[in-house]
Amino acid sequence: MRLQVLDSGHGFGTKALFALIRTVSRQPVLDVVKVVKYRADFYGKPMSAVTQEAMRGPSNWSVGDRELMAAMVAKTNECEFCVKAHSAVAQKAYGHEQKVSELLSDPKNAHVAEPLRATLLMLGKLTREHTVNAEDMRAVLAAGASPQQIKDALAVCFSFNVIGRLADTLGFSIPSQEAFDAGAKYLLARGYR
Amino acid sequence: MSDIGHARKTLGKRILDGTGEASFPDRRAAFNNRELSGSLGALVDQVALHANRITDQDINAAREAGLSEDQIFEIVVCAAVGQANRQYDAAIAALDDAAGKE
Repeated sequence: MRLQVLDSGHGFGTKALFALIRTVSRQPVLDVVKVVKYRADFYGKPMSAVTQEAMRGPSNWSVGDRELMAAMVAKTNECEFCVKAHSAVAQKAYGHEQKVSELLSDPKNAHVAEPLRATLLMLGKLTREHTVNAEDMRAVLAAGASPQQIKDALAVCFSFNVIGRLADTLGFSIPSQEAFDAGAKYLLARGYR
Repeated sequence: MSDIGHARKTLGKRILDGTGEASFPDRRAAFNNRELSGSLGALVDQVALHANRITDQDINAAREAGLSEDQIFEIVVCAAVGQANRQYDAAIAALDDAAGKE
């Protein structure tokens, strides 16, 4: 972590919580958790409300679909931490490791429903080029995604365009796959609150 | 269906108008990626457009310009949220256009 306050500047109660997490999970506390818990009233609490709604609020997209979208945004941003973290959650949600890796590496040709494929491609363009136009949206609508599904996907995209930028800027450590798996298990059970 | 409208507004209001260590003008400028020059302006631009290329030197340059770690944290958050907001708003406008809304 590039800012020391984010590594060790937390209050006593939060440090005790981190010690408990390390003991129970037998894994290090992920840097994303350290950032969310540092001066939580500034960033962590209001951002967690956004992310919880985007990732676990009511939607016609499944939890696995939304975690896959998060991983796609991260892949486009070349954010290693977020790709690994949200691929792990999507794999657990879908119960299928290969499906996630195929979709991330080649969404144009992967075996997936057209509305999800078109949505992933649009999110990739938005993240890569920082904008999309009406023609891009017409393609997603023509593939069968509803306007509300597109809005729900854009909410996911918003969250992970914030979190990925923080991960890369602040220099999140890349822990072991076991640590990501433990984090994925937590996120599936408890969400982003 | 999910709706991040209220939560997104609350986040923006908190980071821009709530208490903090960085000045209000600097936080807003970072959010908008405008009107910041020198190492701080360069860092904000990197966060917005090329976050994966940021190095220790970029953060150190902000420190050397006199910013505390808390100030850098706040500026980075504002820059990240601002860029994500612009992209989200552009996409919603494109969707409204495609769906034939005013």
